Amino acid sequence: MATRWFGAPVQRSEDPRLLRGKGNYVDDIDLPGMLQAAVLRSPHAHARIVSIDSDPALSLPGVHLVITAADLGEVLEPSPLLIPHSALTQPRTQLPLALDEVHYVGQAVAFVVADDRYIAEDALELIDVEYEPLPVIHSLQVASADNAPLVHTDVPGNVAAHFIQNVGNPDSIFASATHSIHETMSIERGAAMPMECRGVLARWEAHESMLTCWISTQGPIPIRNGLSAIFHLPEHKVRVVAPDVGGGFGTKIMLFYPEEILTPFAAIKLGRPVKWIEDRRENFISSNQERGQTHEVEYAFDDQGVLLAVRDTFVHDTGAYTPYGIIVPIITACSLPGPYRLKHYYSEFTVLYTNKVPVSPYRGAGRPHAVFVMERIMDRIAKELNMDRCEVRSRNFIRPDEFPWDVGFVYQDGGPTKYDSGNYQLGLDKLKVLLDYDNFPKLQAEARAQGRFLGIGVGYYVEGTSIGPYEGGSVRVESDGRVFATTGVTSQGQAHATTFAQIVADQLGIHPSEVLLTEGDSQSFNWGVGTFASRAATVAGSALHLAAVKVREKAKQVAADLFEAAPEDIELVDGKVFVKDAPHRSLTLGQLAISANPLRYAYGENARQLMSMNLAGPRQGPALPAERGAPGLEATEFYSPPHASFASGVHGAIIDVDPKTGMVSFVKYVAIHDCGRVINPMVVEGQVHGGVAQGIGGAFYERLVYNEDGQIINASFMDYLLPTSAEIPSITVDHVETPSPLSPLGMKGAGEAGVIPVPALFASAIDDALSPFDLRVLEMPLHPCRVYELLKETQSI
Amino acid sequence: MQEQDETPTFSEVNLISVTVNGHLYERQVSVRMLLSDFLRHVLHLTGTHVGCEHGVCGCCTVLLNGEAVRSCLMLAVQSDGMALTTIEGMAGTNSELHPIQQAFQEKHGLQCGFCTPGIIMSVHAMLHENPNPTEEEIRHELSGNLCRCTGYQNIVEAVKLAAERLHASHMEVE
Ligand code: FES
Ligand code: FES
Repeated sequence: MATRWFGAPVQRSEDPRLLRGKGNYVDDIDLPGMLQAAVLRSPHAHARIVSIDSDPALSLPGVHLVITAADLGEVLEPSPLLIPHSALTQPRTQLPLALDEVHYVGQAVAFVVADDRYIAEDALELIDVEYEPLPVIHSLQVASADNAPLVHTDVPGNVAAHFIQNVGNPDSIFASATHSIHETMSIERGAAMPMECRGVLARWEAHESMLTCWISTQGPIPIRNGLSAIFHLPEHKVRVVAPDVGGGFGTKIMLFYPEEILTPFAAIKLGRPVKWIEDRRENFISSNQERGQTHEVEYAFDDQGVLLAVRDTFVHDTGAYTPYGIIVPIITACSLPGPYRLKHYYSEFTVLYTNKVPVSPYRGAGRPHAVFVMERIMDRIAKELNMDRCEVRSRNFIRPDEFPWDVGFVYQDGGPTKYDSGNYQLGLDKLKVLLDYDNFPKLQAEARAQGRFLGIGVGYYVEGTSIGPYEGGSVRVESDGRVFATTGVTSQGQAHATTFAQIVADQLGIHPSEVLLTEGDSQSFNWGVGTFASRAATVAGSALHLAAVKVREKAKQVAADLFEAAPEDIELVDGKVFVKDAPHRSLTLGQLAISANPLRYAYGENARQLMSMNLAGPRQGPALPAERGAPGLEATEFYSPPHASFASGVHGAIIDVDPKTGMVSFVKYVAIHDCGRVINPMVVEGQVHGGVAQGIGGAFYERLVYNEDGQIINASFMDYLLPTSAEIPSITVDHVETPSPLSPLGMKGAGEAGVIPVPALFASAIDDALSPFDLRVLEMPLHPCRVYELLKETQSI
Repeated sequence: MQEQDETPTFSEVNLISVTVNGHLYERQVSVRMLLSDFLRHVLHLTGTHVGCEHGVCGCCTVLLNGEAVRSCLMLAVQSDGMALTTIEGMAGTNSELHPIQQAFQEKHGLQCGFCTPGIIMSVHAMLHENPNPTEEEIRHELSGNLCRCTGYQNIVEAVKLAAERLHASHMEVE
């Protein structure tokens, strides 16, 4: 029986290198003659630039170059609008350097290149910029006020976009519904905060007109395409590599962060390698952020707890620009119905500009907001009808026999929001068992008798993953038997080198350690999009699967000729290729690779062994028969999903709230997760753990606080609190597997899931813990003071 | 402008000698150079990472005379005459991983790997102090190192496993 690697908890091949400190992150690369850059950033959230004097900086010894907008020539172009949309009537994207106005604290104003970073930062202090401050929009509330000042003078009302989607007939449902409720819910900004900040290293080799950039990015190939256009270089003369990347979480895919243009610009100009590494302060004020919505939601339901209709109107904070179009609020609108049979749904959103860091997707990407709203609705229905919260959910679930289920909205990729598979009740049942849900009331009562406030909460989500347009993969067996695989996506910790190797190994009958993966290098694979939207494993993994299938077929053909057998009788098992039932006479993949390349000159041990075997000679006719195609054991395939596939999950937690301090601690946390077929459960569980930790951060610890001047007043790890090992509980993970019918291996995405339901279940658990006080949480994130304030508010009423 | 005369200029360099992973290095360094930058950019020991440069994330943790310190909070000149161990010095000269590193692989205690060297160094110091920590002690001790990928659970498991194995083999964490 051949081993099947797909589904096994194979240990990661990337670990030994990383564990020894032999990783290769951008800042670890050191090139001869390399210079270092620093960015002068706007200290104002909104101001006119009156003048810039950079001469004193330029005369500092060790400074090689100071660039302002005026020096950029034709490179001074706004970044492309990545995803246009008809509702986005006022898109704005930023220039690599601000020209006459700055729109957020942190916007790049000048770029300095010096012998080292210390001197470059000295030089920043010598650049004299005269600003004329302008009125600042620091919140959604201010942005939407009548006669509000304008973030962009030519954008009336600060409205970037306004979009309505509707299914069914919600108005008539509301007119006749027994119960309807209106509430306001909001979720504030947070940030991805990967441990490695961004970074760019650029090298220009004049002798071959070749630009190479190493960038801490999730999407090197689109960046390569863009840089080739900007610098008028053929695509094959621009190589963009994402080396080891220390976490991304969405914030590292953006076309373009200014430094991704400025660093190569400087390298070309100076003819020397230039490196720019973002520091943490810069990361707080210049790497894209997310969350930031306020929802006005109305919902109608019947006496049985069945949700009949929802009307949701929300405002979305896009910051100073719309680099990603309106992807985030579209995902929010499409994710709101979740696992429920919502047939009458009106969604309207307005995207507003603010003088804040631009917004693009951060792990979860609009979904935690949507799930928060919908799950708050479910909890409220339960409360109004005095029903169990899980029971209300059960009554509203889409049933397993109702798939495919079409929500009726157009999803972020332009395709339908059509759920491909799922079993929501099964997930909830598993959760209840692992949480010991039915016994909780007893536990809660006992705790209360001792003056402790325990609460239980659940949060269910459905997540559109694995979106197109496509990814590709290439698999090649070399003459020494090693298998090289490559694809256009990147890894920021997702273990592709291991999981993709598992997929390829299954087809070729070898051990995953014999598959060497190269990814994130535009010179290694020319086509691709990137790692985001929980798509890489499914989309690139499927492409590599298809390529490996092709290589297997070709291996069978070649072996069939050599053994004078039929291709369908050839087997590939444990690194050997042989005719079925005759394993004693076998070839290795390396030997087969040599035979597949009809050269006269073959080298190495495999070639010598081949010569000594008594195999059939070449067939008559051309050395490469037409049906064989190209030489070698190699294939490239692409996979393009018909539309998104929809993963789902439900998390539940028991928490302990101290009403005297507002402090919350976790007693138990359970996550049930359905991402279809799982390539490597160890890796998927790791993704869930990490997502939950980020979710807990976003629910209770992390909140970016902008003051009225648009300054982030907690822009350091001292003040913006990432949760530590002391705050994050142990998480019990279990799986439901409803394979996706859309992709060849039945996978769905898993990367973002963990984070999505956490704010919802956290609110649910707090309400429950503090039910004697009749509290209802309608905002996220909370923090101990805020819990305490909410309690005080209920008591003063 | 006057006080500038008294403060050392940034171009001032000092000769320091530091032992790192058993090798003695003598280098001229600028007085303002951080120890983390010295390790990374002068000695090219890039396994020590920098995640915040303000002493919170712990990515830059190294052992200084056996104690875990944050190399971003020290100047290189302050390490003159001292002995440092960085992640590159953990596995020793043979090809095997240190039991702590091994446990991190087996328990999937790393994803992107950026926080990992700092965490391994902290764990090394922790297990030296307390060879038999409880889960609570581990979680408390690790709270000086941020990890954005793993949610800490598998790191905690890895530390437990490493402690067990080191204990069983009577191997002291030196
Ligand atoms: S880099 Fe030293 S603690 Fe963060
Ligand atoms: S593994 Fe990525 S930060 Fe810890």
